[in-house]
Amino acid sequence: MCGIAGLFSKSLEVSERLGGHLGQMLLQLGDRGPDSAGVAFYRDPAPAGSCKVSLLEPAPGHDWAGVQDALAEAFGAGEPEVRASHAVFVVDAEPPEAERWLRERYPELRVMSAGQTIEIYKEEGSPRRFVERFRLADMQGSHALGHTRMATESRVTTEHSHPFSTGLDLCLVHNGSLSNHNRLRARLRRAGIEFRTDNDSEVAAGYLTHRLRGGASLEQALEGCLEDLDGFYTFAVGTADGFAVLRDPIACKPAVMAETDEWVAMASEYRAIAALPGAEHATVWEPEPGRVYVWERARV
Amino acid sequence: MRAPDDDPVVRTVDLAATPLREVNAALHAVENGGPRRWRVLNPRGAHAVAAGIDAPIEVDVEGHVGYYCAGMNKRAMVRVHGNCGTGAAENMMSGTVVVDGNASQSAGATGRGGLLVIRGDAAARCGISMKGLDIVVRGSVGHMSAFMAQRGRLVVCGDAGDALGDSIYEAHLYVRGDVGGLGADCVGKELREDHHAELRDLLERAGVDDCEPADFRRYGSARRLYNFHVDHAE
Repeated sequence: MCGIAGLFSKSLEVSERLGGHLGQMLLQLGDRGPDSAGVAFYRDPAPAGSCKVSLLEPAPGHDWAGVQDALAEAFGAGEPEVRASHAVFVVDAEPPEAERWLRERYPELRVMSAGQTIEIYKEEGSPRRFVERFRLADMQGSHALGHTRMATESRVTTEHSHPFSTGLDLCLVHNGSLSNHNRLRARLRRAGIEFRTDNDSEVAAGYLTHRLRGGASLEQALEGCLEDLDGFYTFAVGTADGFAVLRDPIACKPAVMAETDEWVAMASEYRAIAALPGAEHATVWEPEPGRVYVWERARV
Repeated sequence: MRAPDDDPVVRTVDLAATPLREVNAALHAVENGGPRRWRVLNPRGAHAVAAGIDAPIEVDVEGHVGYYCAGMNKRAMVRVHGNCGTGAAENMMSGTVVVDGNASQSAGATGRGGLLVIRGDAAARCGISMKGLDIVVRGSVGHMSAFMAQRGRLVVCGDAGDALGDSIYEAHLYVRGDVGGLGADCVGKELREDHHAELRDLLERAGVDDCEPADFRRYGSARRLYNFHVDHAE
């Protein structure tokens, strides 16, 4: 099963309460995915020349102050924002440089995302516990994606949870299963894409990164999924500017979209959208199979 | 068509205040005496709203519902004043279900009798494996509609997606607009006088008064698949 949700704010009021709204959506999707939950938030862009990295601690009570001191000495870095098992640092370096340094110096830390605006938080365990532990209610942002996982394909761990990020400011949440992910992963590895798990959805994220690096637009990269991915999927993809939705041509997995003057939302089921303010007056529709839907800041 | 707000014979239940199981249990207990008209408020995408009714009652659901709304319906008239998620009126036996908005995939799946009216569009697999139900869609239907449809009638006033009527048995399909493609063993057929009458009756019962039977095309089984070949008979 799995539940996915995306929320794109068109107003200051919604941006200020983005986390609270997305948290409500995830709670509604909790029984579609009780194994783990995760979110990607797009907010507070790092200044030019700096980047944001989201890190997962190797064990509870990790010494984030020590990491901060070392980062500050190497590049310059402020105090991290710590939420449960994750910490987000703004580092005065380009993302690849910061990531490389972190991996060498702290191989036990996991880099969940890197970029100018993205932050990823995810954890094994129930969505309700996740929403509380990561204090979603006090998070703001321009847009966000969320996922509740019912594992069918690979292990239940925090690392196997969604969203998956394999490129700067890019992430993907997936409801479904892919059947050609092993061969595609091998192909993408040869092309220089890194993978950290044996999960099928991470391959879809890596595929998009590969296509975008090759010069494709987000639409073109998603249209490529229709040719190159074999399996069932509803994807929601987050970028620095917005989010996109794609369903496989057979439309095995559900999706519903809705729009008001205040927000655009997608979810596996309408009950998650019903949790949003003004949902009863929203324009509601089911995205067509095999068609790419994109919302980006510049286009709204 | 709606029950008035102040009608004393109408029982109003609010899903924001009453658990769904209690509401459905009350609808199931109506045969033992109780109101004949019901309004269900604030469904907010809940699943299985008004499923499993077996009584000649009327139910107005005021808002969008989730999966399997009015599933297995027998004898009741259920009107959804909103959109439906997957499997609206699935396995319906009799009665009438009317959806004011759109219905997601598999609307009317496996239905054995009664009438399902969708005033908006229906998504993929509308009427999949239908076995005697009648479905009238004022808008369009998605791909694989009437897949393995065995009996009953599917009327589409708009367009139909790819693979209409794939592996169809003896259901009657009528489409007014374009068909994205016909599924295996589904072919166009002549619209004879008895089909005109059948269509006119269905459109009238569905309250569709702006479509002429003559504007529809009929599709059905070519009876060339395995089960239809006399050579395969024992």
